[in-house]
Amino acid sequence: MKIVMAIIKPFKLEEVRDALTGIGVHGLTVTEVKGYGRQKGHTEIYRGAEYAVSFLPKLKIEVAVATDQVTKVIDAISTSAKTGQIGDGKIFVYAIDQAVRIRTGETDADAL
Amino acid sequence: MTIKTWIRAGLPALATTALVSAAVFAQDAAAPAAPAAEALVATVNKGDTTWMMVSTILVLFMTVPGLALFYGGLVRAKNMLSILMQVTVIAAVMMLIWVFYGYSLAFTEGNAFIGGFSKAFLAGVTSESTAATFSKGVEIPEYIFMAFQMTFSAITPALIIGAFAERMKFSAILLFSVLWVTFVYYPIAHMVWFSEGYLFAMGALDFAGGTVVHINAGLAGLVGCLIVGKRTGYGKELMPPHSLPFAMVGASVLWVGWFGFNAGSNLEANGATTLAVVNTFVATAGAIVGWTLIEWLAKGKPSMLGAISGMVAGLVAITPAAGLSGPMGAIVLGFVASIVCFFFVTTIKNALGYDDSLDVFGVHGIGGIIGAIGTGIVVSPALGGPGIADYEMGKQVLIQLQAVGVTLVWGGVGSAIIYWIVNIIVGLRPSVEKEREGLDISEHGERAYHS
Repeated sequence: MKIVMAIIKPFKLEEVRDALTGIGVHGLTVTEVKGYGRQKGHTEIYRGAEYAVSFLPKLKIEVAVATDQVTKVIDAISTSAKTGQIGDGKIFVYAIDQAVRIRTGETDADAL
Repeated sequence: MTIKTWIRAGLPALATTALVSAAVFAQDAAAPAAPAAEALVATVNKGDTTWMMVSTILVLFMTVPGLALFYGGLVRAKNMLSILMQVTVIAAVMMLIWVFYGYSLAFTEGNAFIGGFSKAFLAGVTSESTAATFSKGVEIPEYIFMAFQMTFSAITPALIIGAFAERMKFSAILLFSVLWVTFVYYPIAHMVWFSEGYLFAMGALDFAGGTVVHINAGLAGLVGCLIVGKRTGYGKELMPPHSLPFAMVGASVLWVGWFGFNAGSNLEANGATTLAVVNTFVATAGAIVGWTLIEWLAKGKPSMLGAISGMVAGLVAITPAAGLSGPMGAIVLGFVASIVCFFFVTTIKNALGYDDSLDVFGVHGIGGIIGAIGTGIVVSPALGGPGIADYEMGKQVLIQLQAVGVTLVWGGVGSAIIYWIVNIIVGLRPSVEKEREGLDISEHGERAYHS
């Protein structure tokens, strides 16, 4: 079992969600985050005070999937979240030890 | 009701109406014929009284929530409540001490610098007492004159807090305010607005309080922010306004309320009052355009914060000239004040490196100085102004400069001493941890927002 975690541009959320639903992934967690990579920030000026704002708003999506699904999920996210401009984001995959569905107590593969 | 009752009620009503109408027409007809007779009989007029009541309430509106939201939106979210609290409680405390002894010290006979205690606790002031206006024979109830001035004494210390926002203890601010109005505001109000006052006698022109309120508060703010020091992290950490929408709403409420501040300062409802209304519109409009334009040119983008800063700068600048300028002169005054204040708060403040958090000196102080000196210029009939007796521009500008100078010295020295005293008694600044946590939690035990 793996978690596929993607940082994407916020306006891409609906497209990514639709793409994941299309390949049979029906649950995800979304967090609002800030960050930067190669995309530059901007300058904000408030009267005499100039601020260089380098942190940009992004969304972090996390989906828990079976290991054999990971490649399909990465492809779906990559295609739907891409704009071709700097700042499209990154995808990370990490292993999880256990999963539990709280309502029923199902574990591991049955919980995904 | 029976016919008898109708007649009993109706006839007196008809008669009164007829008598009043006759009196009004008689007054109009009599005026040119017998001016001497008119001056002997001072009257209180319902229209004037109503206008003064409305003006008084408008100035309260400027303080709560106008100033509170304007300042509140400009600080960080963790300090929002501290601003709202300081403005609200300062206003309340100032109103109380005004009726206890402030009105007496400012507006009774004493000497050229301060009045006496003859009207302490409003002794002798009743619903029948009257106060003079600028027109012979026209008076208003003393209660509303007192209340109108009360709202001025409430908003002035509330203006000061913006300079050292986010880093001064609530107890220090309250103690400072009480001492400051007592030793700085009441004397200057007396000097400028009472007939035996030093600056009044000198011939200084200050229609609605450019010196008394704005220069005074601006300088007290500057002295305060210099003494208490910069906000922790200033210059390194991001501390932009947390809600420019609130700031805009607050500034707009200030503009609306300012009609009471400026036009109410004519103490009656006549043509001169309507001039003050017009000037409060057009000077502000000129200032908004001025700041927007200069910021567009100098920084590349015109900002909302700039537009409302221009709004306030224009209002401050027209305050001493509200009834003493022609409309075109008012537009120029507002425009010029905006440009100068813009350069002050962007270039000069940063060059000098001090933290006047909400630009109290940069806008109220500098705007007030420009307005006060400018009043001596725009009052000129040659520039469309109403003019005054024995007017000569050079002489008047010199008098205005002297008035500004006296205000700066009295206010500056007085404020510095008071800050020093308050620091000894309660301490001015909260600890760095409390400042980082936010004054809302550390001073007031509450959060403005729960997200």
